[in-house]
Amino acid sequence: MTEVLRITGLAKSFGALKATDDVSLTLNAGEIHALIGPNGAGKSTLIGQIAGWIVPDAGTITLEGADITGLSVAARAKAGLGRTFQVSTLAMDRTARQNVRIAAQARAGSSFRFWGQVAQDQGLRDAVDQVLGDVQMLDQADTPIAELSHGARRRVEVACALALEPKLLLLDEPMAGLGQDGTQEMTALLARLKSRIPILLVEHDMDAVFALAGRISVLVNGAVIASGPPDVIRTDPAVRTAYLGED
Amino acid sequence: MRGREGWINGALAAALLIVPLALHLAGEVYYVNLASRVVIVALAAVGLNLALGYGGMVSFGHAAFFGIGGYVAGISAHHAILGTSFLGLSTTTEMPLIWLISVLLAGVVALAIGAISLRTKGVYFIMITLAFAQMLYYFAISFPAYGGEDGLPIYVRNTFPGLNTFDPITFYGICVVALFACLFLTARIMGSRFGAALDMAHLSETRLATAGIAPFNIRLTAFVISAMMTALAGALFADLNGFVSPSMMSWHRSGEIMVIVILGGVGRLWGPVAGAIAFVLLETFLGGLTERWGLFLGLILLGTVLFARGGIMGLIAGKARHD
Ligand SMILES: Nc1ncnc2c1ncn2[C@@H]1O[C@H](COP(=O)(O)OP(=O)(O)OP(=O)(O)O)[C@@H](O)[C@H]1O
Ligand SMILES: [Mg+2]
Repeated sequence: MTEVLRITGLAKSFGALKATDDVSLTLNAGEIHALIGPNGAGKSTLIGQIAGWIVPDAGTITLEGADITGLSVAARAKAGLGRTFQVSTLAMDRTARQNVRIAAQARAGSSFRFWGQVAQDQGLRDAVDQVLGDVQMLDQADTPIAELSHGARRRVEVACALALEPKLLLLDEPMAGLGQDGTQEMTALLARLKSRIPILLVEHDMDAVFALAGRISVLVNGAVIASGPPDVIRTDPAVRTAYLGED
Repeated sequence: MRGREGWINGALAAALLIVPLALHLAGEVYYVNLASRVVIVALAAVGLNLALGYGGMVSFGHAAFFGIGGYVAGISAHHAILGTSFLGLSTTTEMPLIWLISVLLAGVVALAIGAISLRTKGVYFIMITLAFAQMLYYFAISFPAYGGEDGLPIYVRNTFPGLNTFDPITFYGICVVALFACLFLTARIMGSRFGAALDMAHLSETRLATAGIAPFNIRLTAFVISAMMTALAGALFADLNGFVSPSMMSWHRSGEIMVIVILGGVGRLWGPVAGAIAFVLLETFLGGLTERWGLFLGLILLGTVLFARGGIMGLIAGKARHD
């Protein structure tokens, strides 16, 4: 199985707090690797380091064998990291199409083009329509984000990540606040995507996690306390006391 | 450009073409020159609007670029008249060349100022751009060769091939063409890939970076283009007044350009034009009635910021469309 992402010995402290404590993990082609753990375990901090927002104190991150630890956020995105955020970062006043188009245009080459009009760029339009179709948002493509439901916004976020044609997806709690229908839709969407694009999935919804993930790593106090297939994690006593028991 | 805003823009354009011509035919030279003033400060504000309105970069130092344009025009004419040279270079009274130098020089200075200032955000950015503009202001004051504090008179009006630039309506024509060209350029830029990236740098920097576009580079480029347009306005302003002085670079001037952008409606293509018309008319007519016209301007501005965020354009044309 080809390895897409490898994290080795990653560490990050905020003052005395070890938010990431010597974390190593991998993500392989065709799989969803779920990252679970209680609130404040350090999941978002880990995603932030992989995406480049947070500089780790130690450790390395490689994407398809290339070290990306020193790259900027934008450079990592260009290199193939697509991500969504726990808290939406979409431009509320702009339409779904406009939000996705930024990613599509980044994918399609330089943004230092001052003359040609994006509204008339058929190539961009097709690329945007394609990913909006993937997340079943075509019918609301021209609706401002502010007027979309929470679930629709989540899907637009995924579409933005997909428009980069990424090598992998980092999804930080894509089901949060979605309700039952929304969670089911998102679960179905991720299941469709995983053969195409491997996903590192941070998620609190255990039904979704166990339905989707091929591997699960459990993060507690910044450290991975268990990692393995769902069946093993479900029955792991340490995990049950540290996390699953509480839920 | 569709809808009500399109009509208003059209009306503004028509007014800029017709009113000064009517004033000219009526022999009202003073008012033709006033119209030139409106158009020039509108152009300066069109420049700032790219940074402030579209890019969300609240520059409180754009007078520096306005002044650079002014001093290029002034110093160039000064040497040309005296038949002396500037650092061994012979100078020119040809407007197109003066504009080119103004715009390039302002671009280089803006690149340096922006590269430092854009590492900060919010109120720090406002303060650091102000600080740079003040540095240039004091630099201009401390140069007695070019008039220092008293400023530098321009004894000729710089020339344009084939045109009599002394003729007020001809000069007005030059200014209005420059304004329209920069408006067209702004519209074109904001519809382009670069414009989409600048818009996103303003609205959600995180989203832009996550898409793989470094926000800093986008902002810096927009800041430079913005400064260039304002410098062009400065060069025209010096020729209109036949005079440059450090006051072109003062923080009052930066504030004035900013007020015009806010009054007209930030991030609206023709907002600076509406703002400039309102500002210069208020200044001229209210200023003629009372010395305390600044008080009224302040009240109007307060009202705009509190009750009409979209400025004049927002009031008449409603919410901005983005498509
Ligand atoms: N910039 C920061 N400065 C200081 N402490 C931080 C910072 N960011 C995160 N932390 C702390 O690090 C710990 C891990 O936070 P993180 O957001 O990664 O948790 P999480 O696992 O994503 O939690 P949740 O499930 O609530 O999203 C928390 O205790 C948090 O308070
Ligand atoms: Mg989190």
